[in-house]
Amino acid sequence: MATGANQLTPSGQKATSVILRFLGSMNLAIMLLVAIAIASVIGTVLRQNEPYQNYIIKFGPYWHEIYKSLGLYDVYSSVWFVCILAFLVVSTSICVIRNAPAIIQSMQRFREDIHERAVGNMPDNHAWHTTYSIDETKQFITGYLNKSGYRTKFRETDQYQTIAAMKGSSNRIGYLLTHIAIVVICVGGLLDGNIPLKIKIARGDLQIETREITVSEIPQESRLSSDNPTFRASVSIPESARVNYAFINIAEGYLLQTLPFSIEVIDFRIEHYMDGQPKSFESDLVIHDPETNEVLETTIAVNHPLIYKGHAIYQASFGDGGTRLKMHMRALHDKELTTLDINGTIGSYTELATPQGSIRLEFSDFRKFNIFPAKENEANRKFVDYGPSITFKVRQADGTAREYINYMYPVPLEDNMFFLSGVRSEVAEEFRYLYIPVDADNSPDRFFRFQARLHDTDRINEIADLATSSALDMEDNIKMDVTQAMLMLLKLFNTGGFDAIAGYVFQNVPEQNQMSYMQTYLKVLNTALREVYLDVLREDGIDTEAELDEGYIVFFDNAVNAMNAVHYYGTPFYLQLSEFEEKQATGLQITKAPGQNIVYFGFAMLTAGIFLLFYVSHQRLWFILRPHNNKTGIVMAGLRTRHRHEFAREFRKISGELQNVLES
Amino acid sequence: MTATNNLTLDNIGPKPLLQRLDMLDWIWAIMVLTATIYANLYYGDHMDGYEMVILNGTAITFLLLGWSWYAMRTLIIAIGVLSLGGIYFYAGNLASAEQNFFLKYMLSSQSAIMWMSALFVMATFAYIGNLVSGSDFTGKVGTGLTWSAVVMGFTGMLVRWRESYLISPDVGHIPVSNLYEVFILFCLITAVLYLHYEYRHQTRSMGSFVLIIISAAVAFLLWYTFSRGAHEIQPLVPALKSYWMKIHVPANFIGYGCFSIAAMLGTAFLIRNFADKKYPQAALTRRLPTLELLDDVMYKSIALGFAFFTIATILGALWAAEAWGGYWSWDPKETWALIVWLNYAAWLHLRMTKGWQGTVMAWWSIIGLFVTLFAFLGVNMFLSGLHSYGEL
Repeated sequence: MATGANQLTPSGQKATSVILRFLGSMNLAIMLLVAIAIASVIGTVLRQNEPYQNYIIKFGPYWHEIYKSLGLYDVYSSVWFVCILAFLVVSTSICVIRNAPAIIQSMQRFREDIHERAVGNMPDNHAWHTTYSIDETKQFITGYLNKSGYRTKFRETDQYQTIAAMKGSSNRIGYLLTHIAIVVICVGGLLDGNIPLKIKIARGDLQIETREITVSEIPQESRLSSDNPTFRASVSIPESARVNYAFINIAEGYLLQTLPFSIEVIDFRIEHYMDGQPKSFESDLVIHDPETNEVLETTIAVNHPLIYKGHAIYQASFGDGGTRLKMHMRALHDKELTTLDINGTIGSYTELATPQGSIRLEFSDFRKFNIFPAKENEANRKFVDYGPSITFKVRQADGTAREYINYMYPVPLEDNMFFLSGVRSEVAEEFRYLYIPVDADNSPDRFFRFQARLHDTDRINEIADLATSSALDMEDNIKMDVTQAMLMLLKLFNTGGFDAIAGYVFQNVPEQNQMSYMQTYLKVLNTALREVYLDVLREDGIDTEAELDEGYIVFFDNAVNAMNAVHYYGTPFYLQLSEFEEKQATGLQITKAPGQNIVYFGFAMLTAGIFLLFYVSHQRLWFILRPHNNKTGIVMAGLRTRHRHEFAREFRKISGELQNVLES
Repeated sequence: MTATNNLTLDNIGPKPLLQRLDMLDWIWAIMVLTATIYANLYYGDHMDGYEMVILNGTAITFLLLGWSWYAMRTLIIAIGVLSLGGIYFYAGNLASAEQNFFLKYMLSSQSAIMWMSALFVMATFAYIGNLVSGSDFTGKVGTGLTWSAVVMGFTGMLVRWRESYLISPDVGHIPVSNLYEVFILFCLITAVLYLHYEYRHQTRSMGSFVLIIISAAVAFLLWYTFSRGAHEIQPLVPALKSYWMKIHVPANFIGYGCFSIAAMLGTAFLIRNFADKKYPQAALTRRLPTLELLDDVMYKSIALGFAFFTIATILGALWAAEAWGGYWSWDPKETWALIVWLNYAAWLHLRMTKGWQGTVMAWWSIIGLFVTLFAFLGVNMFLSGLHSYGEL
């Protein structure tokens, strides 16, 4: 904004004034604007404030060090970026300070002392004569100008009189407002920034905590007292819990911010639209203020934060706050139909002693709703809810773990219902699912009885005998062989599914016969499995002599598939969620930003300034009145910095109107 | 007020506002006032304080727009009649869209938006025809088609607003919540801004350039509708449920619309500049808008865009303070808004204080559009952040 300030530098100027001139120069301002724009790009392209591990993987240790030292992982609070911003503030301030006097002066100066010749040389000018006297003319023109919103000033010399007029000088205020606004916004923003925190950390006054420890264990040097003027912290509070702290996440770890009040969470709610998408997140809070003994009950929601004593409390996220679970644990490879009832709590673990050593069930998450896009055929519903699920890890004694997600209720898949359990051994992997088919009672019981029956060696011997003995057209010794084959194949299937049978064939059968053996074995296995299945069905009082319903056959196929998949499931049991007592946690963000009002004030100045700058035009008119043969000679001229076409039009209108009246 | 003798100021000079208004102005005022009072009386209970401010602010804006640009009266009345007609034909039942003749072929939001798309494309051809042939009639057709497209587009938007409530009262929201809806908004705002410049400068020579970018947006819109089914009304995510959306988004699109116009005029500037050198005698060259006009309108467009983009960004910051816990988080969307802002701030500085003009500024305004486009679309597509509402 170096208008009118770009005079030539006189030689022999002091160095300081040269520097000031440079700092306040327009060229520097433009350079800084462009520099900030380019620097900002870096921060959007490179993900900011991620764990260092991610950057090392991405860039390698060498570049990681360079980028880290350049502050590219936190561009916006890096020294160099803040320096550019500071430069902009300094440059703009100098610009304002240097130009303000001239601008304020120009708003008051009418330049009534302008020379007649200069008036005649202006691009917009017009001259005519009138029969009215100078005084009449002067009074009339002044009246006209005042009516048109111009302020006027007179000057009288021996030869002529001058009316100098101007309007729209608030345009110049626009200059000042916009530029002061930039300074104000930057200063306000700086107040709310985390630079003081970074300095404290750099000086070692504060220690970033990286361990996962309980709040009471966090050492003093990682805590910030409640008089910290500005911060942005977050905390997850379970329902019915009460805390007076929050965490400031920083680089690799966190700091503990103590609050001057405590927040109790009564309830957290998610409401859903009809189609299952979330509609609102709300928390009922009670603020306990120890200073005033005040208790404030309130509800916050997304877009509706609570402002309390300069602290703003926002609904930011949600999670599980320790839901209590009751589960049935069902064996997958046992002849006994053992069902162990176990309890768990999300966020904690349960130890189990097993013959292979102790294992740990770590319950990590509970979700009451699992909303998925609906299939095409489910008309009018874009989403379906698969109901509650639990996520847990099974950690072996050696520390390795697999993660599981189990759904409480059966989930539809291609016209059939299944209990779904996903498993993965790496967090980055997708879940692979075990589909346990449901029986007529919508329960997995029949599947587990079928499974147990397969492991019941005595019963299987009987079934196999029975199956072969009823075959009338077989020789006894062949019957014997078939029985043996059935038992062997069932045993193989029990140990490793279809793959175990394939493995057996590959090992023991010459290559040219492998295919035909495999086919025969699968047929025999299928017959054997079917006999075991019929045995289970008979137990349920189903007449297996008659033609079986389609549903029983589909169930059989699905059950066999599941039993095959069980060998890749990774644990010898299945956890069935039977009951839960949900406890949610609300994720709050708590901020203190004393600079906010300063910034908002800057916003208001900026907006007002821009409109004054663009839509109020500073324009000047001069009238030179000179006696001329009993007449009055009028020379009119005008100046305006921008929108010259509009001004030329207005100029023509004014001169036309005046001439029209004055000449008549 | 009179000077001496017969010198009187009575009939010359600017008249005060109230004296300038004629009969039609007063009729307009009464219409706006009646509608506003009706809306306040009958629907006031359903609105909170902010929404009342927005409603009455809109009424004042309509009043002033109608007083200062007469075409706006016809536009607002036409949109009002058609969209109220659409709402009437729906009769509170979404299924009417398939049964009622007018809804099915004209007034349901989908039909109206298809009409808008077709009319914009036709208008583009008309303006190009006007440029190539110099036929005045073709130019008038272009203007007429553009106005009609604006009418149909706004009708479509307003009816869509109603349709969202017919799906379910809790789903209802102003249709500026996703990429599909804001693209319509973009077309409409750009068209209205263009029509304003056409009216102010009494020339249709810029039409083909501006309508080309609107047609490009229409092409995207159609692809988005037919290949992605983007036209379906989705309920709002909790973060968008705020009165801020009603003002933040339109303000932003006034900015985007202006910057697009400026870029297209920059293109026209370069073409005219080239043609002047290569084919100074060609009739087509002389029918292109003059460099002076282009330079002037380009500047005005960027100034207006900058003013509204500033407001939009400030509104965004105020909203962010309520929804994300801070007025500025250096989120990619915020940062790119700042980059766009800085870019045009630099442009305006050079233009206003250094008086830069000509091809450099024209090129710059074209580049500016790409920066803006990245802030508008690129950020949502390539960068992750909080502001992920308008994803493709």
